[in-house]
Amino acid sequence: MRKVLKNEGVQAFLASLICILIGLLIGYIVLLFINPSGAGDSTLNVIKNFLYKKPARQMKELGNTMAKTMPLILCSLSILFSYKVGLFNIGTAGQYVAGACASLYAALAWGWGWLPCMLFAIVAGALLGGITGLLKAYCNVNEVISGIMLNWIALYTTNTILATVKESTSPYTHYIDKVNKSALLPTAGIDSLFGNNNNVTIAVPLTIIVAIVIWIILSKTKLGYELKATGNNKNAAKYAGMAQNRNIILTLVISGALAGLAASLLYQTGYMRWECTQSSVPSMGFNGIAAAFLGGLHPIGAIFSSFFIQHITDGGQYVNTNFYSPQISDVISSVIIYLCGFVLFIKLTMKKWIAKSEEKKGAKN
Amino acid sequence: MGEEHKSEYAIEMLHITKRFPGIIANDDITLQLRHGEIHALLGENGAGKSTLMSVLFGLYQAEEGTIKKDGQEVKINDPNDANDLGIGMVHQHFKLVECFTVLDNIILGDEPVGSIGMLKKAEARKKIVALSEKYGLQVNPDAKIEDITVGMQQRTEILKMLYRDNEILIFDEPTAVLTPQEIEELMQIMKNLAAEGKSILFISHKLAEIMAVADRCSVLRKGKYIGTVETKNTTMEELSAMMVGRNVNFHVEKQPANPGEVLLDVQHVTVASKAHSNNAVKDVSFQVRRGEIVCIAGIDGNGQSELVYGLTGLEPLVSGNIIMDGQDITKASIRKRSVSGMSHIPEDRHKHGLVLDYPLEFNMILQTYFKPQFTSKIGFLRRKNIREYSDRLIEEYDVRSGQGSVTPARAMSGGNQQKAIIAREIDKQPEVLVAVQPTRGLDVGAIESVHKQLVAQRDAGKAVLLISLELDEVMDVPDRILVMYEGEIVGELDPKQTTQEELGLYMAGAKRDEVKVN
Repeated sequence: MRKVLKNEGVQAFLASLICILIGLLIGYIVLLFINPSGAGDSTLNVIKNFLYKKPARQMKELGNTMAKTMPLILCSLSILFSYKVGLFNIGTAGQYVAGACASLYAALAWGWGWLPCMLFAIVAGALLGGITGLLKAYCNVNEVISGIMLNWIALYTTNTILATVKESTSPYTHYIDKVNKSALLPTAGIDSLFGNNNNVTIAVPLTIIVAIVIWIILSKTKLGYELKATGNNKNAAKYAGMAQNRNIILTLVISGALAGLAASLLYQTGYMRWECTQSSVPSMGFNGIAAAFLGGLHPIGAIFSSFFIQHITDGGQYVNTNFYSPQISDVISSVIIYLCGFVLFIKLTMKKWIAKSEEKKGAKN
Repeated sequence: MGEEHKSEYAIEMLHITKRFPGIIANDDITLQLRHGEIHALLGENGAGKSTLMSVLFGLYQAEEGTIKKDGQEVKINDPNDANDLGIGMVHQHFKLVECFTVLDNIILGDEPVGSIGMLKKAEARKKIVALSEKYGLQVNPDAKIEDITVGMQQRTEILKMLYRDNEILIFDEPTAVLTPQEIEELMQIMKNLAAEGKSILFISHKLAEIMAVADRCSVLRKGKYIGTVETKNTTMEELSAMMVGRNVNFHVEKQPANPGEVLLDVQHVTVASKAHSNNAVKDVSFQVRRGEIVCIAGIDGNGQSELVYGLTGLEPLVSGNIIMDGQDITKASIRKRSVSGMSHIPEDRHKHGLVLDYPLEFNMILQTYFKPQFTSKIGFLRRKNIREYSDRLIEEYDVRSGQGSVTPARAMSGGNQQKAIIAREIDKQPEVLVAVQPTRGLDVGAIESVHKQLVAQRDAGKAVLLISLELDEVMDVPDRILVMYEGEIVGELDPKQTTQEELGLYMAGAKRDEVKVN
């Protein structure tokens, strides 16, 4: 038993599970306070999500969740990749915005095909990440500060640029499928698995491949060795002659590229449009932080944690509105996402507990 | 003090046994501290001194044994209990807030406060001035810690204990950072304190100091209690035999050096200081030849660290040149220096030497991971080669760890961490080996083996630059000694002809030559 518990992977999994359960419990308690009669049902509905629908609709609903899960996975990869290198890239949110701007503008204004649009989004995200990296490497500007500021710069710049391709009667950008169908991501038959939901595209396999590639880079390559050494002990990395500044910039460029790709994979499904009057940075990048930690900071873990978070977020809409105001769904999912940030804390507590019980055992022998 | 004591002893630790998984750190140890005596606790690194003190401070709970104060059995569950019992300690590394004044540091944690939470500093100042006059502890209460000498910092630490009315004072290797003159002063202070009725526990492995100041000395070896002796009835030789368990030949066996051509040529090097606006290293020049060990001696903080940073490329030079094996490496990157044949055993193994969260095998390739042996052409790590290489180094250099190559570096003992670094740096086959305090934290056996390896490198025709703070090491290992004082080289000595006393005068800045270079 103790041996199983000492395994890092088992610890990470258990910690995530504990966080989820505490999150659901607190959500349930919040509902109890507001209106006891619907609390149990509504909490269950959040968990059930699409299963709440009729069987015929279930796969299609699942498809919508999948469409939004893919960008979340990429955002959490963006966060965890930089986190492993000792950088907290809160600018993922802004790099995601830059990606949205690039892909939508290229699609709507220039009529580019889906692949060039996607690559353009990657470049935009990477560039924004690179700015944070340059500031950190050469001016020693904290990446959190510059990231937050660049988030706002990216948001309002994007609002301004995309206003040139918005509908005249609404604050939303044009529908891609009306203006430039070629910019929509191909579905490659994957949609047929999800009740012909054409929001499900090649984004799904692409994202999973990216997650695996990130995992391989971090665990099997020289680059990953260098980057993680820098993250764990930057003095030792310097002593070993690693190019610190290059590594910092490269990390944030890759991190930004992932965020840019995330935006492309959401907006180029046509599932969502950009609202040019929005005054807050889309939460996708920030939710990526929760997903990264809930996934135990492991690229493969991020796939499952992102799905779970998106599932809960979407599930929020099934809270019974007879008992609760519709906004309560956001409260519930936020509570759960918030608790996801405690994974490392739970893991640490578990480790201490194991170490203590071992010391006792050692003392007895 | 004239006060009646219930027992002969201020503190007694009776039959203390403390076990850790796989090791008995303290095995039936008894330590009895009389009122008003200076009692030395002698032992090598790893003998169990720190564990015993941690038990006394409540950081660890002993499995067996009792602690008595004034003959009364007491339970010490945490450091607060120890404080309440009047036990105070001056740590080897001072626990002071750099940007606070002496006064603020002394009252920190025990501030005299008035009714509405206002600090009553005037009252504290009165008490501190009185204490410092009574015991001859000269401090300036309003000076900031960062501006005062190490000696005054130590006096601040002592005042901290006295301010809290501690009766039992523990000094953990207090002389390691002091100049000979400051050591002299400290000895006098300790004697004053004892004369005033304070009981002092003096942890050290420096025999001369123990003989000079202590009344009695208890010796630990490998977790076991060896015995307690009156210093006036013993000799240094006897103490050292008790400490090590055999008559140690501290002298390093080596043939006369046979220096060849110059491998490392340091020309007028100046390095800036991080702590203050003065340069830490001022216009330093020296040469290290093939087949010799040159030692930079000096008291900690006289620019040795910065000199090494400059040599190895961790910090840029303000001016000067460094020529290695005929190549100007003044502006070369750290990697360039490393692959051109410089190895560096760093001063701080946790800060620079290791990635503590990496397994041992990854730490073994920290300087060479990019070589084709460990990385394939397209950038994948060759895990099998890495494991084999690491296993070989572990075997050859006798690096001990719980799970071999996959042990996290963090889980290894300090001595074995150091052995791993030394293995890595020597196995790189350097031309120039820069070894900074390579024996810090090692036991006598390991020290002997490190010294042998340094001599072997010398005999293999490498240039070895040793930076050391330990007088014994400075006298024994090198072929030439350069003494550094306040960022300058103030003397070059021949270890065969000089004495520790002469070396001490140079280290303290009391004597200096115009050192001729080239």
